[in-house]
Amino acid sequence: MSRPSSEDAYLASLVPASVRAQRFSRRNLLVGAGAFAVTPALLAACSSGSSTPAASTSGGGAATGTVSLGSNQSDAVPKAAVAAVVDAFKKDNAGLDVKVNTVDHNTFQEQINNYLQGSPDDVFAWFAGYRMRFFASKGLAGDISDVWGNLAGMSDAMKKSSTGDDGKQYFVPSTYYPWAMFYRKSVWAAKGYTVPKTLDELMTLGRKMKADGLVPIAFGDKDGWPAMGTFDQINLRVNGYDFHVSLMAGKEDWAGDKVKKVFDTWRGLLEIHQADSLGRTWQEAAQSLQKKESGMYLLGSFVAQQFKGEEDDLDFFNFPQIDSAIGADAIEAPIDGYMMAKKPKNEAGAKKLLGYIGSAAGQDVLVKADPSVVAANGKASTAAYTALQKKSAEFVASAKSIAQFLDRDTRPDFASTVMIPAIQDFIKTPTDVDGLVKKIQAQKLSIFGS
Amino acid sequence: MAKRYKGINQLSTGDKALVALMIVVPTALVVGLVWIPAIMSVWLSFTNWDGLGSFSDAQFIGTKNYTDVVSIYPPFWPAIQHNLIWLAVMFLFATPVGMLIAVLIDREVRFTRFYQTAFYMPVVLALALVGFIWQLIFSRDEGLLNDLTGSTIDWYGDPRYNLWAALVATSWRHIGYIMLLYLAGLKGVDPSLREAAALDGATEKQTFFKVVFPVLAPINIIVLVVTVIESLRAFDLVWIINKGRNGLELISTLVTANVVGEASRIGFGSALATIMLLISSVFIVIYLRIVMKEDAR
Repeated sequence: MSRPSSEDAYLASLVPASVRAQRFSRRNLLVGAGAFAVTPALLAACSSGSSTPAASTSGGGAATGTVSLGSNQSDAVPKAAVAAVVDAFKKDNAGLDVKVNTVDHNTFQEQINNYLQGSPDDVFAWFAGYRMRFFASKGLAGDISDVWGNLAGMSDAMKKSSTGDDGKQYFVPSTYYPWAMFYRKSVWAAKGYTVPKTLDELMTLGRKMKADGLVPIAFGDKDGWPAMGTFDQINLRVNGYDFHVSLMAGKEDWAGDKVKKVFDTWRGLLEIHQADSLGRTWQEAAQSLQKKESGMYLLGSFVAQQFKGEEDDLDFFNFPQIDSAIGADAIEAPIDGYMMAKKPKNEAGAKKLLGYIGSAAGQDVLVKADPSVVAANGKASTAAYTALQKKSAEFVASAKSIAQFLDRDTRPDFASTVMIPAIQDFIKTPTDVDGLVKKIQAQKLSIFGS
Repeated sequence: MAKRYKGINQLSTGDKALVALMIVVPTALVVGLVWIPAIMSVWLSFTNWDGLGSFSDAQFIGTKNYTDVVSIYPPFWPAIQHNLIWLAVMFLFATPVGMLIAVLIDREVRFTRFYQTAFYMPVVLALALVGFIWQLIFSRDEGLLNDLTGSTIDWYGDPRYNLWAALVATSWRHIGYIMLLYLAGLKGVDPSLREAAALDGATEKQTFFKVVFPVLAPINIIVLVVTVIESLRAFDLVWIINKGRNGLELISTLVTANVVGEASRIGFGSALATIMLLISSVFIVIYLRIVMKEDAR
């Protein structure tokens, strides 16, 4: 019942920090008003050939015709959820048709630059944080401030997290989800495990699970990003939220003692992590939890997608405290949502669709179909929430500070070309932390330019 | 309709236009699709362009990208090493095996057609598909290999093994390709040469190495070039396995990871691409020298 007000408080704590952190980056100097060039053919020739979806719309008049929607929700459950929202929207708007182009999640992210500079769909899925503001400042996203004029139920903080560096809105939040340690209630009840509050308790629990023949912490990092979550959690516990923000903004020394301590702590935890993680996807790791082969799993609440029909048995706890001076009240809860193309073929229809996606009614449909996420609109009904959704909403509302995620809070070039290989290197050879952080720092200096 | 060609002046205006078109269009294509992008890539490698906005936004930053690549970019040297291993395995293992199989099949052993089809089949599959097929064998938890041997090695995930696993998969395809090329060459060898060698008392081995092999010189060069090109442009297979990370770094995957992804370090990726171009040029020059020597003879 306290959710809307405390959620505002949560979002208020989240947005200004990250906006502040990235306000004036080197890249923002290049605001080219719509001028864009096509990437040279040779450079693109190495691409794996996944085509960007072609937008095919007949430019109709006011809110009629077809709107194209580029979706990165390629997993079964969220894909069905998007389809449910689109169906509900079409029922309300007889004159409008929506064509959904779904692209594999990872491919969508990899192609985003070419996609946005080519012929993007009228409305496309994207993330809040640095990544949203970046495209807005590059003139690759359409101003949708007027959609926000009619958007009831969105908190001021949500509005801030949808606002570009120029003060206009470019983003409609759809859902968010927290990162935490997930486990199966039935397994824990059968073995008599209790939720660990500190790092030592987590280690003890892990050893107990090992003795019981379980893999303590499921782990998969084939795609490179899931382990960023582990880094973030340990960093938030060892060094706190402010350090996270400033580290992501490139203002801290990666080779310093603080980052070293994160990796050293992580190394201590590796013995209770699932082995051979670099060949395993997060889905496979989640299935080991689902099959009761592992005891817990640090992931976003989208892990529930692998528990179709068994969501009731899934529960989570906050990543335990490591340093009592830092506490454990900082968490991660990335916001997903939608943006509009710079020059949509059907602007009126696109804005109408975005308005619906952001509305309480639209989000009710969405979170009902995908119970692993929580609606961003404060007026969305919580009555139909599963226990997990309710707990997620409360968990996020009770946190003091909320980060987005490593690859959403920092520059994409740094996240993907430096941090993914670096973290995989660490998992491969956890012993050479000194050498690792020096390499990260050298590349950080080159990329951030300071 | 067809007139016999007697010199450029006898061509009608229409024919001249056609000839001009036949020269201009391919030239324009080569210049526009190969040379201009290649030169632009080299130029971009000296800038910090991020792929958004116009080229004029790119800042010239000298050789910084190159010094960064060789000094502070950890995946670079492993990638060079992996490319060289790749080349060595293709050259010393896959290609000779392909040639050997071609020679055996050419001797009309039983079921020749069957073997020919069996070995050639992988070649018609896309490398991405090859990677997937071998995943069924190499997968840690469900793969055939671990099922049969009872091991728990993560063939595609463990950096100690995954390069070799990928090389097995790629050799599987490469062998068939080389076999077909070489078989075509062997079929073209004049049988009288073999008869003459046999009459002179040459053994099978001598016949092959002293007579057939030298006669096949043009095919040998094609096989060599195909091997080198296939090794340097190796990409699809490792990309499908794990995006060329974690033990499978290749220059081509580093280029893609930097240029194509959201990262969009176009300048930096172009520097890597230019390095790849330079390495390829070494082999191209060697090839051209051999071919020109052949022609001069």
